Amino acid sequence: MSDPAVALLMLGIFIVFIFLGFPIAFTLMAMGLSFGAYAYFDPSSAFWDNRIFYLFTQNTFSVMNNDVLISVPLFLFMGYIIERANILDRLFFSLQIGLRFLPGSMAVAALVTCALFATATGIVGAVVTLMGLIALPAMLKAGYDQKLSSGVITAGGTLGILIPPSILLIVYAATASVSVVKLYAAALIPGFMLAGFYILYVITRAVLNPSLCPKPKDAVEYGIVKSLLLVFQAFVPLAALILAVLGSILFGLATPSEAAAMGALGGIILAVVYKAFTWERLRESVYLTARTSAMVCFLFVGAATFSSVFSYLGGEHVVKDLMLGLDLTPIQFLLLAQLIIFVLGWPLEWSEIIIIFVPIFLPLLPYFGVDPILFGILIAINLQTSFLTPPMAMSAYYLKGVAPKGLELWTIFKGCFPFVGMVLLTLAITYIYPSVVTYLPDVFFNQAVEIPIDPNDSSVVDPSIFKGM
Amino acid sequence: MQSWIRITDIFSKAIGHAFAWCILVLTASTCFEVFMRYVLHDPTVWAFDMSYILYGALFMMSGAYALSRGSHVRGDFIYRKWSAVTQAKVDLVLYFLFFFPAVFAMVFTGARYSFESARILESSVNSPAGIPVWPLKMVIFVAGLTLLMAGIAEVMRCIICIKTGRWPARSGDVEELEVILVKQHEQEVMQQESGVPATEAPK
Repeated sequence: MSDPAVALLMLGIFIVFIFLGFPIAFTLMAMGLSFGAYAYFDPSSAFWDNRIFYLFTQNTFSVMNNDVLISVPLFLFMGYIIERANILDRLFFSLQIGLRFLPGSMAVAALVTCALFATATGIVGAVVTLMGLIALPAMLKAGYDQKLSSGVITAGGTLGILIPPSILLIVYAATASVSVVKLYAAALIPGFMLAGFYILYVITRAVLNPSLCPKPKDAVEYGIVKSLLLVFQAFVPLAALILAVLGSILFGLATPSEAAAMGALGGIILAVVYKAFTWERLRESVYLTARTSAMVCFLFVGAATFSSVFSYLGGEHVVKDLMLGLDLTPIQFLLLAQLIIFVLGWPLEWSEIIIIFVPIFLPLLPYFGVDPILFGILIAINLQTSFLTPPMAMSAYYLKGVAPKGLELWTIFKGCFPFVGMVLLTLAITYIYPSVVTYLPDVFFNQAVEIPIDPNDSSVVDPSIFKGM
Repeated sequence: MQSWIRITDIFSKAIGHAFAWCILVLTASTCFEVFMRYVLHDPTVWAFDMSYILYGALFMMSGAYALSRGSHVRGDFIYRKWSAVTQAKVDLVLYFLFFFPAVFAMVFTGARYSFESARILESSVNSPAGIPVWPLKMVIFVAGLTLLMAGIAEVMRCIICIKTGRWPARSGDVEELEVILVKQHEQEVMQQESGVPATEAPK
């Protein structure tokens, strides 16, 4: 059997084994090692001197000193701290008061709360369950439509994987070796566009059919000052924290890991100010951070060896020849890639898709002239759907887990579908106008730098001498 | 067998918990570096090396802890529909087919790699401070050993499950907020259905 055929066999066997449900990190390690032992087999040396074993430790160490992945535990830590800072109910309450002049105000408030909180924590499950306990009963009691209320919470919570600082984007940056900073800048417009569509949709539904979102009857009237004060106390600090973290990254004041560390410190301060800080909660956050980081980074350890053996055997070329043989236009290629990722999003989680399957497409991008940053943002938008559509639909299942009796899973799915439609709309807009993704990175990072040259300074070399070369 | 599982679980948990605090040191040292650079204009030479050493040690040494809590991600959309015994049988085979060979390789080659590094007292090339990196390379070997122990406990769990027909319970530990909330909610619903007034959920 030729080496490329072995590479395809390796990928095929791996995909079958994934569905046996064994922890994927170790499946990847074992498959990488065994196929690597075949690929690097050298009859003149002992089994233990096979170069794959050296490669394995070398790859493991390269994940351990990867300066992009350092931000993963730090952002996770920030998320777990904020998650436990007793901030969500205040946020929802204050936004409800602050936005009460809008039609469907509770739904809009729930949406904004979810989006903001999910952005700060980057953890989808916690937002959806917390909101399912705080906002959903309140909305249903006020007579809001079941489908609309559950759709708002599930879709709003899922925005956390798209709007920066999102952990998904860091993981993509590490996989694709692109700049986290540019990726964050690129995700801003599509993220806010999607959130904007959600809000517009809710308001439009509320205007067209007021019975979906009746005005709360027993609402306590708050004066302007009191409302502003409430918003100022709950909304402003968290928004400011996110803005500070993002801003310092985008303006180049701090690296993503430094910004994440400062964000975690800010989260602790916020928790202290809200009188929610306890050692118990700090301990929980620390331990959960360790567990989740181990989960993500062990996938990287496994995938590093697996993918290097895969490409050593020539697997990348097979995939490349196959795709180039299909004679696709760049748009067709993008559509096909996104369709595959969309389908993978049903049974798999985002971490597996980004770390294991996205690298298969990455070498193809230069041939189709696709910017890897654009590709990453398209994936992040696309994966929103995997949280919202059956059978995986993690957001919907989390909401079902805490929903009041009488709210059927199917009702939640039905509530999600319009939001999935808007995700697809955003995806389409991003395909048609890629400038929504590339505009901000260009503004921030692609400015020509002109340095004034003093012609009398003998220590400065005139750069024009390079132009003739 | 039960006691081995209990002892290894406690051991994995203790090591995981101990190294988990790296995140706090990492946060503090990174904030300190930012403070030194922007406020005192005197950046430290050790911050970069320290950050990845803490991060590397954090996740590698938490691997066994994550395994003993079942937090390593699985492609489980078919798996979770199986009966507990089928799950245990498949897991048992795959532990021997995948897990142990991979972790043995990690222990043996990690040992060769790190002992060589320790012999020459390898230090970092990133700064003139000469931060030693051989302890971090040693982590690969030690993490492999802890994974091996945790793996043996998991195999015993599978055997118990095949014998008794259900997964042995895992001892208590911190849980993700969504897991706790869903459990609390289930309990409340059950209490309401059985007519007992729901107790106030702890916040």
